[in-house]
Amino acid sequence: MTKEYKTITEVSGPLIFLEKTEPVGFGELVNINLPDGTTKRGQVLDTSAETVVVQVFEGTGGLNSESGVVFTGETIKLSVSKDMLGRILSGAGEPLDGGPRIVPDDRIDVNGASMNPYSRMPPEDFIQTGISTIDGTNTLVRGQKLPIFSGAGLPHNEIALQIARQAKVLGSDEPFAVVFAAMGITNEEAQYFMQDFEKTGALERAVVFLNLADDPAVERLITPRMALTAAEYLAYEHDMHVLVIMTDITNYCEALRQMGAAREEVPGRRGYPGYMYTDLASLYERAGVIKGKKGSVTQFSILTMPGDDITHPIPDLSGYITEGQIVVSRELHRKGIYPPINVLPSLSRLMNSGIGEGKTRDDHKAVSDQMYAMYAEGRDMRGLVAIVGKDALSERDQKILEFADLFEDRFVRQGRDENRHIVDDTLRIAWEILSELPETQLTRIDNKFIDVYHPAHKAKSE
Amino acid sequence: MEVKGEIYRVAGPVVTITGIKPKMYDVVKVGHEGLMGEVIRIVGDKATVQVYEDTSGIKPGEPVVNTGMSLSVELGPGLLESIYDGIQRPLKVLQEQMGDFIQRGVTANGLDRDRKWDFKPTVSGGDSVKGGDVIGVVQETTNIEHKIMVPPTVSGTVNEIKKGKFTVDETVCVLSDGTELQMMQKWSVREPRPVSKKLMPTKPLITGQRILDGLFPVAKGGTAAIPGPFGSGKTVTQQQLAKWSDTDIVVYIGCGERGNEMADVLNEFPELEDPKTGRPLMERTVLIANTSNMPVAAREASVYTGITIAEYYRDMGYDVSLMADSTSRWAESMREISSRLEEMPGEEGYPAYLSARLSEFYERAGAVHSLAGFDGSITVIGAVSPPGGDFSEPVTQNTLRIVKVFWALDAKLSQRRHFPSINWLSSYSLYTNGLADWFTENVAPDWIYIRDNAMDLLQQESELQEIVQLVGSDALPEDQQLTLEITRMIREYFLQQNAFHPVDTFCPFDKQYKLLKAISKYGEMANAALESGVPMSDIMSVESKDDLAKVKFEEDFEPALNVVLTKMDEEFAKLGGK
Repeated sequence: MTKEYKTITEVSGPLIFLEKTEPVGFGELVNINLPDGTTKRGQVLDTSAETVVVQVFEGTGGLNSESGVVFTGETIKLSVSKDMLGRILSGAGEPLDGGPRIVPDDRIDVNGASMNPYSRMPPEDFIQTGISTIDGTNTLVRGQKLPIFSGAGLPHNEIALQIARQAKVLGSDEPFAVVFAAMGITNEEAQYFMQDFEKTGALERAVVFLNLADDPAVERLITPRMALTAAEYLAYEHDMHVLVIMTDITNYCEALRQMGAAREEVPGRRGYPGYMYTDLASLYERAGVIKGKKGSVTQFSILTMPGDDITHPIPDLSGYITEGQIVVSRELHRKGIYPPINVLPSLSRLMNSGIGEGKTRDDHKAVSDQMYAMYAEGRDMRGLVAIVGKDALSERDQKILEFADLFEDRFVRQGRDENRHIVDDTLRIAWEILSELPETQLTRIDNKFIDVYHPAHKAKSE
Repeated sequence: MEVKGEIYRVAGPVVTITGIKPKMYDVVKVGHEGLMGEVIRIVGDKATVQVYEDTSGIKPGEPVVNTGMSLSVELGPGLLESIYDGIQRPLKVLQEQMGDFIQRGVTANGLDRDRKWDFKPTVSGGDSVKGGDVIGVVQETTNIEHKIMVPPTVSGTVNEIKKGKFTVDETVCVLSDGTELQMMQKWSVREPRPVSKKLMPTKPLITGQRILDGLFPVAKGGTAAIPGPFGSGKTVTQQQLAKWSDTDIVVYIGCGERGNEMADVLNEFPELEDPKTGRPLMERTVLIANTSNMPVAAREASVYTGITIAEYYRDMGYDVSLMADSTSRWAESMREISSRLEEMPGEEGYPAYLSARLSEFYERAGAVHSLAGFDGSITVIGAVSPPGGDFSEPVTQNTLRIVKVFWALDAKLSQRRHFPSINWLSSYSLYTNGLADWFTENVAPDWIYIRDNAMDLLQQESELQEIVQLVGSDALPEDQQLTLEITRMIREYFLQQNAFHPVDTFCPFDKQYKLLKAISKYGEMANAALESGVPMSDIMSVESKDDLAKVKFEEDFEPALNVVLTKMDEEFAKLGGK
């Protein structure tokens, strides 16, 4: 029988302080029995022979020094089983859909262990999302962590859902699952995701963890770990390819800051804790592919940049950990372009290993680089035109200016349900707009590709 | 004899212990599982320990054992081709012992105790030896002869010396005072290995990267920093340096970076060939991988582990290059531990000793005369990841005060796919003058002139661009329009280099010289033609100019270049002029 302690000396924000306990393990899970009969849960943050500090997940409301504290002797674990698919769980892993509790096949520590870099397989399987700006210029590969950097009021949720619907590895029918972790998003947003999952039948192969805006902030720190634990279990025990969608990382970081402040820690940049990089890494790094295992974990998280500022600590630290980012642009959104993805600050670090001959097509990288270079120059040209007028531009510059418009209009813009094939659609469109430029400007594309794929040459040879 | 104490308090990676009296930096084993940690503060009868592994579930009252040793690495044959974590545990052994995820409480020797090496003595009985002297050699890999040295603190007369196959911990030499020497020695990572003299660096590190070798060279034994915001190509540049640098040994430290990136390195290096020897690159490489989600205290140690291994090979007379990616993550690990210790923070929460630690680390680089009289060097190249790409933050600033070469990465360049996205205006190298003699002698007498001229044009370009932004390029006088065209060629044909192109990824110095000279030749001929009255549009439409764009990708560079140069001569001859 585990002992109940009634030695709470201080309650401060989400933290409680206890004295005179038996030795308690660091990180242990704690049950707190309130005088009114309810039970809350918490975790040990600091333990010494004299004092134990516990952070309470569901908030400290209703707690007093009469409350009893029971140390469970184990760290936070998630009950996992293949039956989780199709279930909706709370941010702490309890069923929310009225269904029975998960009958566990295993109970796994949610903190996970770090993957041995030696066991990792470098990710290289191309995932087709059907979105040109991703497939064509910022390719996603299996085992990658590629977040969407967005801003308030931008259609990041639509983009994430479109990817969840369309993403697949070409020519493969391997088992696929989605793990969705909502962290501090509103009920309305959550409904939007759930409805789409239900409508498209995606829910059957999804596990949903919901921590909504009015749920306790502390729980938010556990939610993504629960989700990733479930994802790893499905990937490495059941050979599934798992896409983890986490939204919104910003809310997670706010919760982290809140907890840091409650613990009276020395704050780092903008009040966020100094260990935020390490903490975020412990989430993001749980994506990957293991040698000799069939499954994989791919992460696609959503992060809203406060004030659209990419140098804000949250996007900044994320960008240093994730393998690139997809940046959603307010400017393109205002122009009415969907998906409003600005390719210039976007990046996929693993693109090169996922594209090329045998994966997409041999000219893919050259075409992508060429479009980047020309689009960047074209956008600069717009600034110039505002000052000197279009007529003052040389013929070459005018062509490049037109290219930037074409690029946005034909390559970036696409339908919400338009699922573009990489070769038949994305690269075809790319060559069509590139062929509007003088051929001498295509300095980044090898002549042999121009001979084969340039519409002008293609027509000749056919 | 081991003295046992117990745990008093656990707060994340920081554990307070009581009951034993360790020295500063002693390694202790904490808890029933024996987690490895290092003493970092002593207050009264308590000591604070940073633990290199996850401390979940560890309780106050669990036992603590002091090993009495400071954090050390094992040095000896078998280091090359190894992949270690931050505290020199071989990742391969960890995988064999505990599977794909790193569990805790596992110890693993840095050097394989079972492997036998063929030891050939180079001294005989009666010879007197001192610290650093070579007593024998082992062929470690096809091209690296591993010199077995007397530990720096030992000296005496050789009483017995063996020959044949031994493991690293078998005695191969006995001195007259009874000291037994093995092929393996241990060295405390936080202490620089002694040398007889530090030298001025005089030779460049050839990296095969045009903008680095050509414009901002680093010397063998020098220090360089690569700061840049995320996505600007730090890691690719670091990896290019690790692949193509003309040093004998490469130590690559992945410090707090991405696991998938390390996996890529681990996958790629064994397959790449060293351009100098034709052997797999891995045979000259030691990799240290402590990814961002591995314990933060081990990340702090990883940089020291790496540089100590580098010093060991330097002492044998080898040129070593060490890449640390990224020193910002290392600084952050110091910040994280410092904050757990509740130390008074300095700038932006970093500990006040940040600057001292950084300079101590970079000072371990250098060209040296080793104790045994060999000339060796360590070149340190540290990546810096400034938050928000802001170079005024403490880690970048403290690094810039120490290093001699600054390769400034620029997000704007990478966005327009100008790679390597090193900004040619804000970067600098303080070795340019010191290495001038070497370049004149070994590259070409006119190399310095051509290079300075190119730099000068690039500087002019940045001024002209400001005007172009306002009035458009057509409003410029013709000679300035020509300058813009030449600098465009320098940027696109010379500075841009494709790390993923099989030929362009590595560019020998001779090719760099010829390429830049060809651009400079066009510049001279075009300027002359312009002066003699040839219309600008004719000069711009010279075809050989555009042909020059692609010669760098040619496998047979020289013939391809000569074709272009001959064509250029012909075309300008046709243009004529007065």
